[in-house]
Amino acid sequence: METKPVIEVSRLTKHYGRVTAVDELSFTVGPREIVGFLGPNGAGKSTTMRILAGFLPASSGSARIAGFDVFHQSAEVRRRIGYMPENNPLPPDMRVREYLKFRARLKGLYGTECRLRVDLVQELCGLRDMGRRIIGTLSKGYRQRVGLADALVHDPPLLILDEPTIGLDPNQIRSLRQLIKDLGQRHSVLLSSHILPEVEMTCTRVLIMHRGRVRAAGTTADLQDSMSGGQQVVAEIEAPESDLRECWETMPEIASFNLAPASGNYIRCALTPVNGGDLRDRVYEETRTHGWRLRELTFSRHSLEDIFVHLTRAERTEE
Amino acid sequence: MNIRVLLTLWRREISATFASLIGYVVMAAVLLLLGVSFVLIVDALREPSDIPITELFYGSLFFWVILLLSTPIITMRTFAQERATGTYETLMTTPVSDPEVVLAKFAGSITFFACLWAPLLPCILVVRHYTSDPSALDWGTVASTYVGILSLGNLYVAIGLFASALTRNQIIAAIVGLALGVSLFLFSFAAPALAGRAPWSTSILREFSLVEQMWEFARGVVDVRHLVFHSSLAGVFLFLTYKTIEARRWR
Repeated sequence: METKPVIEVSRLTKHYGRVTAVDELSFTVGPREIVGFLGPNGAGKSTTMRILAGFLPASSGSARIAGFDVFHQSAEVRRRIGYMPENNPLPPDMRVREYLKFRARLKGLYGTECRLRVDLVQELCGLRDMGRRIIGTLSKGYRQRVGLADALVHDPPLLILDEPTIGLDPNQIRSLRQLIKDLGQRHSVLLSSHILPEVEMTCTRVLIMHRGRVRAAGTTADLQDSMSGGQQVVAEIEAPESDLRECWETMPEIASFNLAPASGNYIRCALTPVNGGDLRDRVYEETRTHGWRLRELTFSRHSLEDIFVHLTRAERTEE
Repeated sequence: MNIRVLLTLWRREISATFASLIGYVVMAAVLLLLGVSFVLIVDALREPSDIPITELFYGSLFFWVILLLSTPIITMRTFAQERATGTYETLMTTPVSDPEVVLAKFAGSITFFACLWAPLLPCILVVRHYTSDPSALDWGTVASTYVGILSLGNLYVAIGLFASALTRNQIIAAIVGLALGVSLFLFSFAAPALAGRAPWSTSILREFSLVEQMWEFARGVVDVRHLVFHSSLAGVFLFLTYKTIEARRWR
């Protein structure tokens, strides 16, 4: 088991003229990790990926892939990555199999090895019967698979996928998600997206980027824990509103609450704890002592979306 | 430099040219011009003359129109189109080197250019069949003419490649290539224009006259100076192309 990081980025900066697209970015990705790059448009995700793929140079800072510097040992790096750019550009005049073989040869696979790898990735990406099809006539979903098959064809230790699910229908997204998860068993994957549930479901770790910087990093659970004070307990209770109000006001653990009438005679209470604690036990006890009927009691964690909005909006108000 | 990578890229270039409509349009236009010039040659043969048949054709403007117009159109696709469609990014993120890409694209374009002149051989055979005098067309002159075509073709394809590497717009690439190529061609007429005013400059400029050089090839003279001149200038443009491509890694 190798534990050396596959990607090491330190203080990476990229300027386009006066615009700073990536600002002192640092992060690492370990072997067999699926890391999601999340951020609004223009956050610097694609630029970072292009630098990692050796297509663009950085203005300053360094990035190493499998121990090789992306600038000074670019060829070594390019041998070890499978890169699928944004919008997945493909030549429309080639046939699927012809294209995959062409790409495999450029990546140093010839003869039997080339044929076997192309067979394998065609199988893996669901392109087995599409070999003779001309790429220009394929649907978006199939094109995306061709791009992924190309990224995989030389069995690279690292896959860099820039918005792999863009333009796919929900079924295709689901199957691609599963495919990426499977790939994570053997490869490291760095993928970018601004579709949050997508990243939440696929990735073992998330990096939230905004204005060229990493705003938050960690597993989804880590990120949720780091957002203290925001969790809520929601309870639906059948009781007079004034009683409820009095009860929550006297409870020291509750920082604030919000009552809303629900169907029946129930009232929906959203309770915010003082320091991120779990209020469910306390609420249950209260309902028992008062003899109220309780029909729902949930602890709502922040979704990645809340965290994302929180992080990327806070920045905007600062300026 | 990996020969297998070069071959792979070269094959891709050729298939891309033949898969594009532009390739066939160029071929059709060249065939038309060759056909018209063939008629003129046959016409000229009615009167006895000492001039080799190749010279009749290659000394004429037909050759220059084909060379000047076809090369920027053949080469405009090479880099500009890949940049516009984004396949340039997938190409450059595979472990291929910049010189490999430049050389493969050059080889692909020059192969297509060479194919354009293939119909001329049957034309020559027809002329040969109907002329009573076999010396009117000897294989030596035909060969030297082809050497001249390829030598100038190398130069013009290199210029076109450079123009294509500068931009992502194929039209701009074609126009820049055409402007560079025509300027170089017009140097041929600078010498006569300056004659009498500055003798030293005329003698220098005459050495750069592409038109005169082609005349010599068509007459059966293979002058190594001309070959060196064309190939070194082509080398300069290929080097500039390579540097333009490489500059991306520094921006």
